[in-house]
Amino acid sequence: MTEPRLPDLGARPASGTSGYESGTKLPSHIGEVIVRVEGLEKYFADNHVLRGVDLEIRQREAVMIIGRSGSGKTTLLRCINFLEEPTVGSVEIDGLCLVADPLRARSRQHQEQIRQMRLRAGMLFQEFNLFPHMTVVGNCIEAPMRVLRQSRSHATTRAEYFLEVVGLADKRDEYPARLSGGQKQRVAIARALCMEPKVLLFDEPTSALDPELIGEVLRVMEDLAHSGTTMVVVTHEMHFAQEAADRVVFMEDGVIIEQGPPEQVLNDPRHEETTHFLRRFLDR
Amino acid sequence: MVTGVGEPHRAQVLVDIEKAQVGHRRRSRLIFVGVWIAILAGLVAAFTSTGNTDLEWIAEWAPFILGGSGITILVCVLSIVLAVVLAIFGALGRISQNPVAYAISSFYVSLVRGTPLLVQIYIIYFAFPAISPVLILDAIPAGIIALGFNYGAYMTEIFRAGIQAVPRGQQEAAQALGMPQRLVFRRVVLPQAIRVVTPAIGNEFIVMIKDSALVSIIGVQELLWRAETSGRPAFNILEAFIVAALVYWALTIIFSFFQGRLEKRMARGDR
Repeated sequence: MTEPRLPDLGARPASGTSGYESGTKLPSHIGEVIVRVEGLEKYFADNHVLRGVDLEIRQREAVMIIGRSGSGKTTLLRCINFLEEPTVGSVEIDGLCLVADPLRARSRQHQEQIRQMRLRAGMLFQEFNLFPHMTVVGNCIEAPMRVLRQSRSHATTRAEYFLEVVGLADKRDEYPARLSGGQKQRVAIARALCMEPKVLLFDEPTSALDPELIGEVLRVMEDLAHSGTTMVVVTHEMHFAQEAADRVVFMEDGVIIEQGPPEQVLNDPRHEETTHFLRRFLDR
Repeated sequence: MVTGVGEPHRAQVLVDIEKAQVGHRRRSRLIFVGVWIAILAGLVAAFTSTGNTDLEWIAEWAPFILGGSGITILVCVLSIVLAVVLAIFGALGRISQNPVAYAISSFYVSLVRGTPLLVQIYIIYFAFPAISPVLILDAIPAGIIALGFNYGAYMTEIFRAGIQAVPRGQQEAAQALGMPQRLVFRRVVLPQAIRVVTPAIGNEFIVMIKDSALVSIIGVQELLWRAETSGRPAFNILEAFIVAALVYWALTIIFSFFQGRLEKRMARGDR
């Protein structure tokens, strides 16, 4: 195995873990750090996918992670809520810190901590993963009722509210099979919101959609970002990142190469790798 | 397409082709039914020509034998329910990472698949009471337990495949919502797995209708038992068994019809 090429973080003034240059004033809507990822590494067998990632997400911040496929951005997202157990490192969300422990990953205690972690982080998938045997509203109230022990009427009221937010209140009694891809993803967003997570994690939420359906999902996500939802989005939609991101993170070979405000990273990148990536991306 | 003069001619050709195809289909169907009737008639003629076939006896006793199909169906329905429950736990064991659960489940499947159903029926009805009087069972419960136990093992593999057919993303989505593992299985994976395996369960049920004849040997008064009992006194064994066979056949045709419709509905799906 080749020695991992670790980034020299000290030599990158613009890419400390917070993503903001020291001394610069944060945008006013951004609050305290709520997600802290430290020294995250992940091996799949001997494939070193994440090579030491440090990342902080602040309240009401929208962070977009970009990079070519295979750069580790999806793995990073999946490690944050432990759908993949990281090999090394720790994740802290809203005061709950969990250290990777692959040897004891299956222990009851660790699993319960992971579950607590997931209650703080909602996840959206490329393939939506709605439950096909439940109606739209059934999808939305399942976990609030059975995990958060909300009453059916309370959970339903809240589900209807969030379905309204994503513009699908009229589809509440449909089964997922009768919805378009864009509608499915919006229901999935409502379902995640019903759990009132501290942060929403989006894993390429529009990659499985037909081009004409991407817009409706991005619009909902942009609304969420502007209304102060804390979110981390792995995406290939550069225009969307430009519009909705507070910060853009560029990853390559399992490390964060560069991060900062979208206008800087996307329009005036400081690193050659970022320039390469963006040029190739825009050429398509 | 050629237009103009050739067009009416072409339309006529298309109509003729269509007519020929419809005619062919109709002829095939007629031939199919004809062959079935011919074979049946041949068999009936063969039996009546021996002069040993007592049609009056059949008329008198057929309703009695037919009455046994109620017990047959009851035994099968209860057995398949027991089998489904056992198969769910068996399948969970087979995919479990807990070595004890895996070992128990594998032992169960191996033991049941490695011994004849007939022997299992004997052991549950005759041998278990020898262990303890508590294990003395009536014929019907013993038959149901034996059939359910046996089919549960075979259906374990069906359920294992059904559970593994549920996309991984379904589990991940449920986990991401903070659902504990047990809830993920009960509310998300199992309902979808059952949907996948329902046609296969229907199939097993039809096979079981015929295997259930074996429980007649411990005195369950189902179809075959009634045929044997009514046929023996006056040596109408032949007629009795023919009637029994026809009833089994009719039962499987009826349930196959429903099973076929079920399968079609499942295939259409509501995903």
